[in-house]
Amino acid sequence: MERRAWARILGLVLLATPAGASAGEVKIGEINSYSALPAFTEPYRKGWQLALEEINAQGGINGDTLTVISKDDAGKPADAITAANELVSKDGVALLAGGFFSNIGLALSDFAAQKKIVYLAGEPLTDALVWSKGNRYTFRLRPSNYVQAAILADAAAKLPAKRWATIAPNYEYGQSAIAAFKKLLSAKRPDVEWVGEQWPPQGKIDAGSVAEAIAATNPEAIVNVEFGADLVKLVREGNTRGLFEGRSVVSFLTGEPEYLDPLKAEAPVGWYTTGYPWYGIDTPEHKAFIDAYKTKYNDYPRLGSVVGYETIKAAAAILAKAKSTDTDKLIAAAEGIELPSPFGPVTFRASDHQSTLGAFFGKTALVDGKGVMVDFSYKSGANYLPGDAEVKALRPAE
Amino acid sequence: MLQHLFAQGMSGLASASSLFLVASGLSIVFGVTRTVNFAHGAFYMLGAYAAYTLTDRFGPSSFWVAVVAAALIVAVIGALVEMTLLRRIYDAPELFQLLATFGVTLMVEDLVLVIFGPEDLLGPRAPGLEGAVVLLGKRIPAYDLFLIALGPLVLGALWLLFHRSRFGVLVRAATQDREMAAALGVNQKWLFTGVFALGVFLAALGGALQMPRDAVNHGMDLRVIVDVFVVVVIGGLGSTFGAFVAAILVSLLNAFGILILPKISLVLAFLVMAGVLGLRPWGLFGAKPSPVRAVVSRARLWRPLDGRGWFAAAILAGALAAAPLALDDYALGVGSEVLIFALFAASLHLLMSVGGLASFGHAAYFGLGAYGAALAAKALGAHLPLALAGGVVVAGLGAALFGRLAVTLSGVYFAMLTLAVAQIVWSVAFQWVDVTGGDNGIVGVWPPAYAASARGFFWLTLGVVAPALAALQIVVFSPFGYALRATRDSELRAEALGIDRRQVQWAAFVIAGCGAGLAGGLYVYLKGSVFPDSVGIPLSVDGLAMVLIGGVETVLGPIVGAVAFKALSIWLISKTDYSKLALGAIIVLGVVAMPKGLVGSLFIPRALVEKRR
Repeated sequence: MERRAWARILGLVLLATPAGASAGEVKIGEINSYSALPAFTEPYRKGWQLALEEINAQGGINGDTLTVISKDDAGKPADAITAANELVSKDGVALLAGGFFSNIGLALSDFAAQKKIVYLAGEPLTDALVWSKGNRYTFRLRPSNYVQAAILADAAAKLPAKRWATIAPNYEYGQSAIAAFKKLLSAKRPDVEWVGEQWPPQGKIDAGSVAEAIAATNPEAIVNVEFGADLVKLVREGNTRGLFEGRSVVSFLTGEPEYLDPLKAEAPVGWYTTGYPWYGIDTPEHKAFIDAYKTKYNDYPRLGSVVGYETIKAAAAILAKAKSTDTDKLIAAAEGIELPSPFGPVTFRASDHQSTLGAFFGKTALVDGKGVMVDFSYKSGANYLPGDAEVKALRPAE
Repeated sequence: MLQHLFAQGMSGLASASSLFLVASGLSIVFGVTRTVNFAHGAFYMLGAYAAYTLTDRFGPSSFWVAVVAAALIVAVIGALVEMTLLRRIYDAPELFQLLATFGVTLMVEDLVLVIFGPEDLLGPRAPGLEGAVVLLGKRIPAYDLFLIALGPLVLGALWLLFHRSRFGVLVRAATQDREMAAALGVNQKWLFTGVFALGVFLAALGGALQMPRDAVNHGMDLRVIVDVFVVVVIGGLGSTFGAFVAAILVSLLNAFGILILPKISLVLAFLVMAGVLGLRPWGLFGAKPSPVRAVVSRARLWRPLDGRGWFAAAILAGALAAAPLALDDYALGVGSEVLIFALFAASLHLLMSVGGLASFGHAAYFGLGAYGAALAAKALGAHLPLALAGGVVVAGLGAALFGRLAVTLSGVYFAMLTLAVAQIVWSVAFQWVDVTGGDNGIVGVWPPAYAASARGFFWLTLGVVAPALAALQIVVFSPFGYALRATRDSELRAEALGIDRRQVQWAAFVIAGCGAGLAGGLYVYLKGSVFPDSVGIPLSVDGLAMVLIGGVETVLGPIVGAVAFKALSIWLISKTDYSKLALGAIIVLGVVAMPKGLVGSLFIPRALVEKRR
């Protein structure tokens, strides 16, 4: 009996075997946490689908049709590896792209090095991805933790505040964001004192207690790395308890529509933050992007939309430049490649494979009962990333 | 300073009240129906979504009506779930209800996404309680004061319900002795439905009342469910007052703990639970469960594989060994993963089915094996066989240490202590960044050249897993295995026979830990990396699901269950956007159609035939 059950299940697995690639087709394998993080991945998917449509409307990759095969990783590194294996071994994709969580980015990057295939990371923010655990197969689009911290530390150094407290989720992202921010700010302002820190578990902040614990250290300024539902709770408790009154707040990513919009009329005012003020960017390249996006989806883009859009655009540009799907040729093409983006031209640096895509820095405000960013400016990653020599020392020897 | 401590205490008490509302519901449901309701968190989340929808439709001023209406609506949904699903399977093996409610949880997670969308939703604040009240010079949110008052009020209302109403008397009678209540003619059907609806009402009320403090989001269920389990167990299962005290204890310790150790929240509740269970095995206010009356298991008598059976197993192994000649690399990768989980499930089965000890934290030993192997390979440069052995040793040592503690308990308390231990191991893996890499894990652990290809690795996995499964099979039918089953079936009689219960169960715990550790080591080489989620609760739950799906009362169940569950979930994740909805629905249907699991149900006709002969 059990033999038949085995056979039936093996058969079930085998049923999933698809037809081979048709001629004149280039395939990209895309993996993201669709089921675990839909608030980010739905706009992200819309973004890359728009890019794909544009690319194929403009003749594809040197005449070949571009196909994106998209897989869910359920938010788990191990499932991401299973998906990557399917894409590489069965579907024969030319390169891998995607990822949201840092640990999934690292797992995919390591897989890419093992299987000798290019991995273009879209979202994962950890610095390790291109530095301490960097490898020649991995490229990353988004401005890293370090760049976000550098942009914010620049602004923080200009504030009069000397007593600082930190609030960050207790995992790698929060820890490395705070570490980088502290190092950069202390270097610029040796007189700064770090008086308090709180590390609530991600997704389970006890916001009232955290707010009181921070208030008890009596800081002049607070740096925050919380996002999502935790941010909402922190802002609500902090507002009610007056935690932010008379204090400067510097906050990672809070200006991104993904995190600012859910706060509605309770959005914080006067926080210094990085983000994506889509409503106020009037460069021609952004206008073209947003018009196309709104026409196709009848919705405004989130930052995830830009990441998805630009990830596939970058992958296509690399494939077009390489004129081949051979990994070594793709790497050669990707190193130093320049391409347009909705935020302006970006380059994938040859030294660490990090793109120079930047972020918008500004202050939060309330307009018509909605949180927005004001007084913002675009900060290109190129101005904040360390130089080639410094980066070389950070990366493991090949 | 005093002011700060006061504010911290008030904040802790407010959190305690919210936690208590949800926990009391779970505790009541468990007390009467003995169902470990995994879907309790899902109902909590539905309560929040329902309340949001109502206030969004009727305006913020409808807040209070919306909260109560939402809780009532969700209670009706809960009653329907009980009547259509749980009612059919109260007779199924223990913990089968857990599997059913796990399936419901999976479905609700995706349904919420489809119905309410992916974004976090911000509900209105409570009218009249938006602001803060200044007490001792500190601003305390008015809503917190309301919550602090609500906790004792609900406790009092429940006390009145249980002590002053006929329904309550029946509930208490059934909590104390279900069979006796039934024998006295209490209509269990409607009693169970009523209790379940009451529990769901409290969960949904707790969720709806979170609206002014939280963003309503689709991850709320899993965030609350584990905390609630912990509170219920610390307080003592079935004890409402215990849940109240435990909620206050955990919340206050957390509020003050973070002043001294800002990173403590991650693990605090589990440390408290492990400590309490060490001192009081049935929680603070729980009573020792009445000994199970000799319920004769209706399971088919287990028989060791006869000559024909081993022959069939050998043929199957041979066929699998030939599989790489026919399958592509991806299918072989999936095959390796499925084999690894067959070993994981079989090792859990030794504890759960043979030993009668359901571990909710079996992933701890899988993870210890994985980290052990990865560290042996990365830090010591061990080759694959040595690294795997290292993983087994680490897992075995961990199991020996924690098993010693765990086997002093039994039943749900055993399950919860193993859960606590697993969560503590998880937090070590998560926090000890210098050794484990923390959240970013250990990467770059790939097999050497001879097993680097998908084919080579499949053979390696088969070569390790098949003998390990055979060894577990032999253990089950060894004198040791019979002794273990004796302790499961009747503790008293086993001890009268001179079997040292704890010693035997401890040994089983270690063997199961080693098996899981071996699976974990292989898993590292399959994936090339290890992350804290290899120790996580979801993996432990997956293990339970595999054993239950296969059939907890059968010998070969876990292997079939692991193959079915793992292959199905990989396939669904790859093919659909709503894999959780599909998997949950399949589990729920499977539970109703085959209440004895795949193997158990498929064997029934043969058992009948044998009886006639």
